[in-house]
Amino acid sequence: MTIQFNDESFRGDYTFRNSDWAIQRFPFPFHEDSYMYSVNMEQHRGGPKGSVYEQRFDVDEHYVSEMKDRALVLDQDPLRCQSLPHMTLAGWDLLELIMVSKSEDYPDLFELNRDGNRWRWVNKPLRIDHTFTFLDETTLPYGPMEYITRQAQGDFAILDQRDDMLWMDAGMVTTQADWSLDFDIGMNFFEWHAPVPKAHEMGIFVRALKFLLNIQQGAPARRLNWTMTVNPLLDTSPENYHKWGIQKTELTPENIGRKQHLRVELQTFFRLPRSNALVFPIRCYLCAFEDLMTVPKWGRRLHRVIRDLPDELATYKGFIDNRPLMLDYLSKFDDGLPTSLGIWPDRETEPPLQK
Amino acid sequence: MSGAEKIQVKVTEVTPLNALVTRFRFEAVDGSLLPTFSGGAHTVVEMQDGGITRLNPYSLMSDPYDQSAYTISVRRDDAGRGGSLFMHNQVKTGDEMVISYPVNLFSLDLRARKHLFIAGGIGITPFLAQIHQLEHFNGHWELHYSCRSEALGSYADELSHSHPNKTHIYYDDQDQRIGLQHLLEGQPLGTHVYVCGPKGMIDWVKSTAEAESWPADNIHYEEFLAPQPGKPFQVKLAISNKTIEVGEHESLLEAMEREGVDAPYLCRGGACGQCETRVIDYQGNFIHRDHWLDDNEHASGEKIMPCVSRFEGKTLVLDH
Repeated sequence: MTIQFNDESFRGDYTFRNSDWAIQRFPFPFHEDSYMYSVNMEQHRGGPKGSVYEQRFDVDEHYVSEMKDRALVLDQDPLRCQSLPHMTLAGWDLLELIMVSKSEDYPDLFELNRDGNRWRWVNKPLRIDHTFTFLDETTLPYGPMEYITRQAQGDFAILDQRDDMLWMDAGMVTTQADWSLDFDIGMNFFEWHAPVPKAHEMGIFVRALKFLLNIQQGAPARRLNWTMTVNPLLDTSPENYHKWGIQKTELTPENIGRKQHLRVELQTFFRLPRSNALVFPIRCYLCAFEDLMTVPKWGRRLHRVIRDLPDELATYKGFIDNRPLMLDYLSKFDDGLPTSLGIWPDRETEPPLQK
Repeated sequence: MSGAEKIQVKVTEVTPLNALVTRFRFEAVDGSLLPTFSGGAHTVVEMQDGGITRLNPYSLMSDPYDQSAYTISVRRDDAGRGGSLFMHNQVKTGDEMVISYPVNLFSLDLRARKHLFIAGGIGITPFLAQIHQLEHFNGHWELHYSCRSEALGSYADELSHSHPNKTHIYYDDQDQRIGLQHLLEGQPLGTHVYVCGPKGMIDWVKSTAEAESWPADNIHYEEFLAPQPGKPFQVKLAISNKTIEVGEHESLLEAMEREGVDAPYLCRGGACGQCETRVIDYQGNFIHRDHWLDDNEHASGEKIMPCVSRFEGKTLVLDH
């Protein structure tokens, strides 16, 4: 299919919108009417046609505008992209993985022609046609990781694997849920997860690390994570908290449906072959409450999940103060009917709202 | 499904190197390119040996960036359980086999200012791939390779010829020995040492490096154990509700697989930790042989690595 790319903004006038197509395929993260942490990993090998799971790297209508937003962030703060010296080979691994995947999965948008190490890369949406030498940094305008992640939606953390541990040694992070690559660079898995409440006591990180260390070539994995964001902001970084934190106080009963967004991360994990590092793409999807409420099942379920979420999690995810306002709004979309299991909208089988 | 992803391959060359070692070349059956890998990776080769499926790990020794073929070298072990004998005696050019995707448990530390390789015998194979990888980037490395004799020194001539200034060969039968302490003392800061060879050599390098105050993170080793034969024993598997016999020449892991239990694994050599299994009840003695569990865990009677460890006694109940 051909994607119509939106011309939209994720700051200032916030012209970001989801089309009906994008709402239908939004990765709603709750498979039941409650939420608690789990190592909810599954294999990343396709999914229902048209879903965000179908391709290795999902491309949607926001692609071109997201890449413009990334360029703006990098202009103002180059430290959002960092790669320690030993991670260059992993950067080439990532460039190869993305170029090969996108050219195979979206042949109408991306082309890759390889003649030995002489590669020609055509990115039609971004109007790039570039011939370079694979593994020769001098033939690219940026390092290999920066070059390719300026052309790929979502954040990317590249984790070196040494001594049965993962190390945050490279990344491109401009669309993050309030964490900082510049702060975390060089940290190990337990260090950068230290702020997360409850999960340590539950042994989640020990099990998650064991799982991640054993992700092998050819067998990528994925999971969903979520938080809340007021206004369709991609860059909710600690570096810019002074700019976006205040916006959380601007919610009113009148504007909440439009301004409050559920923010979902599709997290995938790939073993990189040449470096043996692990890449962790974190793709952010935003959806306004009023758009989510067009799906009856999601309306019922989101109310129940937010209502019953433990206070520590609502605090950690940064919406404890707005929770009463959210529940006033969401309760209008919960008629108490049961919901079907699983994340899919089930529009044909779930009854419309009964109130 | 347990283990890494599988690749259907055809054997395109069988090359005897000397009295003990034979090299095998694999290409994809469908002619496609094989995945690139990182130096130090191994593949698990599936062998259909009569009624038995053998799964043995072998280090990939070819250039990791050559996607046309993988090569491995197999040392014949006449006293072993039969995997290497199967490869030597049964596998012919043109045969189709199944191998796993590359899995690396012996990766280069790419932060190293210099890579110092110490190999004993067939332990040379992972270093061959790592040397290829480093040569692509003008990496700084040095190899010290100890083998029994010139006749049994697999790849010694090729290495000396291609990299005369970086390769140092030592022949046991000429009383040549690696001057390890002196060698380690002379390394620049930021050097990482890697050792692959017999257990005695690994212990020697580890303890010498530790005595020379090398940081533990700078010492790397790979030792895949082949499962050893032992007395047959009986195991009860609590989840699948089966009681199975482990034969003299099979491992506990192999016996579970034979009975249709899909137990996780990667290295099948006591190193990776994937097959770690909880012990529910036992009366008897464990014969722990893995490198994964620590001494306390071995003594606790709570865990076993079924790829290489065995049991002698009356009752053993596992969480499988």
